Amino acid sequence: MTDKQEDGIFYDVVSPFCGIASDDLVVQVEGNTVTVKEQGDSVTRPGFETPLTDLSPRIKGQEVSLEEAVSHIAGLLNNSKQPLIGGMGTDLNGARAAMALADHSRATLDSQFSDAAFRNILVLQDTGYMTTTLTEVRNRVDFLLVVGTDIESAFPRFFERVVWPKESMFGQEIESREIVYLGKAPSGTASTSPGGRRAEVVECSEDDLPEVVAVLRALVNGKKVQAESVGGIATADIAGIAEKLKGASYGVISWSGSQLNHDHAEVTIQTLCDMIKEINNTTRCNGLPLGGKEGDTTVNAVSSWQSGYPMRTSFSRNMPDYDPYLNRGQRMLDDGEVDLLLWVSSFNTAGTPPATDATTVVLGRSGMTFEQEPEVFIPVGVPGIDHAGRTFRCDSAVSLPLKKLRDSGLPSTFDVLTAVEQAL
Amino acid sequence: MLTKLTGGRVFDPEHGQNDVVRDIYIRDGRIVDAPSDGKIDEEIDVRGKIIMSGAIDMHTHIGGGKVNIARTMLPEDHAEALLERTELMRSGCGHAAPSTLTTGYRYAEMGYTAGFEPAVLPVNARQAHMEMADTPIIDKGGYAMLGSDDFLLRMMAANEDQEAINNYVAWTLNHTQALGLKVVNPGGINAFKFNQRKLDLDEKNTFYNVSPREILQRLSRAVTELGVPHPLHVHGCNLGVPGNKDTTLDTIQGIEGLPMHLTHIQFHSYGTEGDFKFSSGAAEIAESINRNKNITVDVGQILFGQTVTASGDTMRQFAGAPHAHPNKWVGMDIECDAGCGVVPFKYKDQSFVNALQWMIGLETFLMVDDPWRIFLTTDHPNGAPFTSYPHLIKLLMDKSFRNDMLSTLHPEAQKATHLASLDREYSLYDIAIMTRAGAAKLLGLADRGHLGVGAAADITVYTDDADREKMFSKPDYVFKDGQMVVRNGELVKITWGTTHVVKPEYDGSIEKPLQSYFDEFHTMKMGNFKISDDEIVDDGRGSLTVQPLKQGGKL
Repeated sequence: MTDKQEDGIFYDVVSPFCGIASDDLVVQVEGNTVTVKEQGDSVTRPGFETPLTDLSPRIKGQEVSLEEAVSHIAGLLNNSKQPLIGGMGTDLNGARAAMALADHSRATLDSQFSDAAFRNILVLQDTGYMTTTLTEVRNRVDFLLVVGTDIESAFPRFFERVVWPKESMFGQEIESREIVYLGKAPSGTASTSPGGRRAEVVECSEDDLPEVVAVLRALVNGKKVQAESVGGIATADIAGIAEKLKGASYGVISWSGSQLNHDHAEVTIQTLCDMIKEINNTTRCNGLPLGGKEGDTTVNAVSSWQSGYPMRTSFSRNMPDYDPYLNRGQRMLDDGEVDLLLWVSSFNTAGTPPATDATTVVLGRSGMTFEQEPEVFIPVGVPGIDHAGRTFRCDSAVSLPLKKLRDSGLPSTFDVLTAVEQAL
Repeated sequence: MLTKLTGGRVFDPEHGQNDVVRDIYIRDGRIVDAPSDGKIDEEIDVRGKIIMSGAIDMHTHIGGGKVNIARTMLPEDHAEALLERTELMRSGCGHAAPSTLTTGYRYAEMGYTAGFEPAVLPVNARQAHMEMADTPIIDKGGYAMLGSDDFLLRMMAANEDQEAINNYVAWTLNHTQALGLKVVNPGGINAFKFNQRKLDLDEKNTFYNVSPREILQRLSRAVTELGVPHPLHVHGCNLGVPGNKDTTLDTIQGIEGLPMHLTHIQFHSYGTEGDFKFSSGAAEIAESINRNKNITVDVGQILFGQTVTASGDTMRQFAGAPHAHPNKWVGMDIECDAGCGVVPFKYKDQSFVNALQWMIGLETFLMVDDPWRIFLTTDHPNGAPFTSYPHLIKLLMDKSFRNDMLSTLHPEAQKATHLASLDREYSLYDIAIMTRAGAAKLLGLADRGHLGVGAAADITVYTDDADREKMFSKPDYVFKDGQMVVRNGELVKITWGTTHVVKPEYDGSIEKPLQSYFDEFHTMKMGNFKISDDEIVDDGRGSLTVQPLKQGGKL
């Protein structure tokens, strides 16, 4: 709940712009201008402060009424042989409306973040995992291993909010928490302890990460490794990490699918997840996959409960068909299978649709610019700024209420997609 | 508009009506008296048909994080059960972990008009309600889960008084929009985070020095003193462990006469006798239930085939994970609040253990005397998907069918049960108690589960058929709040049910320690934790129904 104060200041505002969904922001609203006054960072400030520009829908660049735009989209969908609903940067009700519309129009659904998200989802569907959530980490972690990920560039407040609180619920000395980066080095010093202790960095190239992780798992399981070094890292150093994992009371291994860009990174993540399960035979250890910004976790959750499947589900047979390869939106576009792309991106003006020959409809954040003007553009409200909503955090366990901060008059993605469905 | 159902055979245990031929009148969603002027707008001839109120599933995992993990992790299970979109229905899929839309449609088609999610983690309650909001036709509600949350354990470790705990329970029920209170492996989910691998009834959590027995007593007392109609809903210690019947018997004694509902009792009724060191404890458990009138149970019957187990009991799910089929599983620690474990499982009739589990469940059904204190569940989907209820009803109502099934199971297991000698067959009246009147009474649903004047017109009409599975699979008519939603076993209308909640009062002083707890330790603000009424109502499709508290409820 966000309490609005008389002077246009909102407290405890939730940010949907980063996957850890910080909910302690203080935001000032004057007319349509939003300013993050406290707890802002490099992700949330542009998220909240991007100015409002477009207020009118356009067809082929010409301003039209919302009704005209909706009816035009319905006509395009009625005539489409294979529509793709992409982007999927939206909140709970936007995702619900997109699901209903996809079901009705036999569209395929994919999100702009799926390449990264599926590095985890494929592991879930093949072997599963043991994970934890942000508050558990905040109170319990004694050893944090960060794999191939520069957390602070994408989640600027992660360390402040999750790793270095003033105190833990269980009397742990916070300063004693150990952090090791494996693979990539951090870009800044957010992981440095309040007392000034820097994280240990064990670097290797991303191409070597699968092998390094496989050796780490072998060492955790007490296997003998003959090689003296792996990926440029001394095997003894990897063994040191294995010992720390086994010796920790509550180890946490974190990664972000969006930063593991090597081929078949899902297999690296799977190795980590299998290793975590093995460590739990004697002590506690959990994964903490980071991601889930701008509705990414939300749309996969809604898709799963409404259809049984996450993104990359097609309704072209009048029922849900899931295929993480065939229904990858970009592949469908590249192979010319799509004749209509309906792109939803309500959080971020940079989240523009990919270049394509398919007729393109965009429900985007006001201020979005295009290299090629889409057939239809409807500026929609940002959930948590222009209208109320709900969003999931990266850990999938917690969802948070988004409040309306201003009266911009922009329709929500839910409003537009529901109207389109009714007009079909 | 006044609708008359003419001449049906009414089974309405709340009013003691056992196969009474009478007419039922429906107006504005309610059952009403016969009109004084005799004017009827619509008459439906149901002469010879069996009429019961809509069935209520009081323990079914239909919404929330672990259910959705189960859905996402089982694409191969859904692919066997795809459902096309129709003029009326959205497409969907799923057998063990069906999509929300399919869940609502299937329940209604079986004559169910309400289902209750029994494991709502407070921090995940928002999601549970989102999913239930997308479950059509049936009414729903949830039981908020406490007992491994650090706030409660901190209160108990600090030896705070019962009133403070009552306040916290009432606050939680209000702000998670719950109907009841659940505890899962009391304190055990928390203990697992401290690397404890088992927690017996009197074993202490190593950090808090608090035992499951104490947690059960505190929470049961809170629910009772607040006047919440549904007794504390308990998933006990040691689920699935051979020999756990002793824990269960101790748990019944340990509650010292306070009301307590023991859920999926089948999973807690195991002995250690015989060559397999696994035996039925059903007789002892049933005898204890019969003797202790403060106890109610649901069975959690297992049925053979592929399903998925989804539970808040991280400790026991981790222990069971080596049995995962297919071999994949998830465990999760959640927000200093609780946890979850999702383990797919295939119950096999030629497995000694699984066959005996099947027998233990049925023995329990047949040996607990009072149908008002035992409820028909498979702990969907943990023992079997809810779609197997008609089959389960046939097992209870038809001894020869039951014994035919029994004779095909693992031969050693057959030797370990007296099931074949149990002659009891449930009557239609018993079924109406167990799945309707008793369930509504247990949950405190004032206007559901019966067919008296003033009741919500949730009504199911069946054709009497000696094949009870066939009969209960395909009702002739189902009315939800007076609207015909099913005809001849097929959906004809989609409606959206209400969310049942209780709203016990609490003293606002509880928010002081809670506020600082959230601020100091959590990654969410207290205000953002609370689920507003508006979130349930949403765009107008949802609604809240606040059920009355028991007389004498106090803080």
